[in-house]
Amino acid sequence: MALDAEQGQLQPAPESFLAKDLVEDISRDGIDPARRKLLQNALAAAAAAAAAAASMVAPSLMADDDPDIVNLPSWTRSLGKPVVANPYGQPSPYEANIVRRQSPGLTRTDQSSVSFTPLQNLFGMITPSGLHFERHHQGWVDIDPRRHRLMINGLVETPLVFTMEELLRMPSVSRIHFLECGANTGLEWGNVAVPTVQYSHGMLSASEFTGVPVSLLLDRAGFDRQRATVLLAEGADGSSMTRTINLENALDDAMVAYGQNGEMLRPENGYPLRLVVPGVQGVSWVKWLRRLEVGDAPWATKDEVAHYVDLMPDGTHRQYTSIQEAKSVITAPSGGQKLLKQGYYDITGLAWSGRGTVEKVEVSVDGGRNWRPARLEKPLLPKALTRFHFDWVWQGDEVLLQSRVTDRTGYTQPSRAQLIEARGTRSIYHNNAIQTWRISGDGEVHNVQLG
Amino acid sequence: MSSWAKFAMLFLTVLVSTSWVMAMPEGLDALGRPATEHEVSAWDIDVRPDFAGLPPGSGDVWAGEETWLAQCASCHGDFGDSNEIFAPLVLGNITEEDIASGQVASLKDPAVTRTTLMKVPTLSTLWDYIYRAMPWNAPKTLSADEVYGLVAYLLNLGYVVGDDFVLSDTNMVETQARMPNRNGMSLDHGLWSVAGAPDVSGSSCTTDCTVGTTVTSSLPAYAMNAHGNLAEQVRDWGPYPGIWTEVEGEKREATSMVVEVSETALSGSGCTGCHQMEGQLVGPSFDAIRTRYAGQEHAAYLRDKILNGGAGVWGSMPMPPMPAVDDNALQQIVAWLTSGEE
Ligand code: HEC
Ligand code: HEC
Repeated sequence: MALDAEQGQLQPAPESFLAKDLVEDISRDGIDPARRKLLQNALAAAAAAAAAAASMVAPSLMADDDPDIVNLPSWTRSLGKPVVANPYGQPSPYEANIVRRQSPGLTRTDQSSVSFTPLQNLFGMITPSGLHFERHHQGWVDIDPRRHRLMINGLVETPLVFTMEELLRMPSVSRIHFLECGANTGLEWGNVAVPTVQYSHGMLSASEFTGVPVSLLLDRAGFDRQRATVLLAEGADGSSMTRTINLENALDDAMVAYGQNGEMLRPENGYPLRLVVPGVQGVSWVKWLRRLEVGDAPWATKDEVAHYVDLMPDGTHRQYTSIQEAKSVITAPSGGQKLLKQGYYDITGLAWSGRGTVEKVEVSVDGGRNWRPARLEKPLLPKALTRFHFDWVWQGDEVLLQSRVTDRTGYTQPSRAQLIEARGTRSIYHNNAIQTWRISGDGEVHNVQLG
Repeated sequence: MSSWAKFAMLFLTVLVSTSWVMAMPEGLDALGRPATEHEVSAWDIDVRPDFAGLPPGSGDVWAGEETWLAQCASCHGDFGDSNEIFAPLVLGNITEEDIASGQVASLKDPAVTRTTLMKVPTLSTLWDYIYRAMPWNAPKTLSADEVYGLVAYLLNLGYVVGDDFVLSDTNMVETQARMPNRNGMSLDHGLWSVAGAPDVSGSSCTTDCTVGTTVTSSLPAYAMNAHGNLAEQVRDWGPYPGIWTEVEGEKREATSMVVEVSETALSGSGCTGCHQMEGQLVGPSFDAIRTRYAGQEHAAYLRDKILNGGAGVWGSMPMPPMPAVDDNALQQIVAWLTSGEE
């Protein structure tokens, strides 16, 4: 649709046609009558030139013409902005809606809280760093990298200390991985609680992380291969978050990361150092990492006994639940959005598995009665996001959209009914059920659960 | 063998080199230096369930109560039961049977609020966490003796120990034996290891599958705007604009720039744990403070009060000193607090 406001608008740049010394004079001495006369002449000349230009670019509009084509817009007829107008580039002002958001009333404070990634408007398999979801337990901090240290102790020959300078000198790897909070979709166990995919699935992000393999650091410290079974990771912030990590898995692919999407980590994501534990829930990816301790028994830290434990119907809690099992969600169209027209749409979404690579994704438009395969975007990387697409024509009828992933281990994402049959509805964590979006006849998309 | 050991055995194969383990290149052993013993003890403060890492010391319920009222009650309530800043730590709902069985029966009851003490199986956890992270706004300021006292006080509030109880490094093991939910954790699941076996699996049916397709839950119309106007939360051009959920006449007033900047400064400086815009929390509301101190002449006083803390102006609850507040933030906050009512 054409923006009428843009039509025929001319914006002469006031200073570009004034003699440079005149500008300098005026700004130094103010305007006296003689200078005012000069200025008037210059402005009149500019106005005439502008009028001539306008007649060239605004020919008469024919009935079928798109005014946005025929009336050249202002940006086609003006000088653009200079380099480094934004030394650190910013999104277009037209994208201002696409930001991290809090779920009102979810937490009682803003420092032990969550902000969600706007999945509904993102493309591909990488989350822009500034939109990576946040979960802090005691606020976030700005750490001076010169004063940050990583200590490795416990069952090692020699406890070691590394500076950031030393870590950046070490052999590094770059890997793309998803990072999902164990409580993602946790609000939806009992019933529909939130309107959009941002709030239902937005504790999910993915980045290319760069850092040093944990195995290399532990080798350097000479860890005790006979006795070691676990690793404790600890943060340098006020909470000094601690989590017990499965050592066998960590030796495979965990890293101590400083890079995120080509630059240093963002402070909210752990600058200057965080643990990356692919496939494992976010809380274990300890931010502002200051210490790794090698051990032979788990630590039962606060976030391993009071939280991040999954309550079962018999009143017991499952402890040390870490792996994020295969899950998928359609991100567009999704809850809170509206289809304006009938016809072709590219249904798209994300699929991932903490146990490896995505094998296939299927989409249903009838609430799970019939399924057809989606097209998977390459590369298919282990413990990373996979983007899927599904060609679809909307005929204005009511639709129940679902997606379902199967990973390389053969595991298929369960329906909500299958999941709650095994685990009840009060476990908070690890809800990887199939998501349903209902499109009504008027094109509105709503979050629903089926039974 | 402990249940953990059995659990670990399930997965423990010999730790061999795997796909992307790198060989140690020459020269790498010169990076990193040995940590001194003193350095390790400065950071390695963790306490395990077997109490490895626990420093010696002791504290009784009475000492714990005193520390609690001075340093913890403002957020957690006098009896650890407040729901204002965080979920309740204790409510008087643990029974003698729970303590005897080591499993809190009411965890089965969806109507019962799950408190910290109902869940925590391991005494070490309370000790470790309070020592490392509390008080929330001034972590790592408590002595070991104070922490023993505080844990004793919390256990007393939960009827786990009596009023004259003294907790120390020598009776942690026997006190652990009374933890109400000590047998409440299960390791019987496949989510610890990448190789673990899943407990649920989805269906592979692709045509005419028998599934329920009746909508059993959706957001009621009145809740559609609970997260704000959805039309303003998605890309407002392109194929899928957002649903307009804001009710006419309910439009929020546009907040001025100054206020927004201050909100960031406020939460970033740790003020919003105790103050909110409207209504008393631990401290008075910012609205009340701004009404009282409108005018530039109050700037120096407020600056001083924020940095140094103090009590008595609004009640007996003290405001802690906030010396770590960043200069820019402080300037903004004070300018905003004195800028008068919007
Ligand atoms: C300024 C507010 C504040 C003060 C003061 C404070 N706490 Fe906390 N406390 C919190 C918050 C917020 C959390 C949750 C932190 C998180 O999300 O990880 C918490 C968590 C806890 C927990 C863990 C509860 C759970 O279930 O996770 C314990 C135990 C605790 N506090 C004890 C104390 C003690 C003891 C003191 C005094 C020495 C204290 N707190 C002072 C705000 C406070
Ligand atoms: C642990 C809780 C706590 C925190 C954190 C806290 N305050 Fe307060 N604040 C209080 C209490 C309690 C009072 C009331 C003190 C009194 O009566 O003098 C108060 C009072 C105030 C007052 C009014 C002072 C007066 O003398 O009337 C200001 C201004 C204020 N706080 C600003 C801040 C700012 C800014 C921050 C963050 C940098 C902050 N507070 C953090 C608890 C807190």
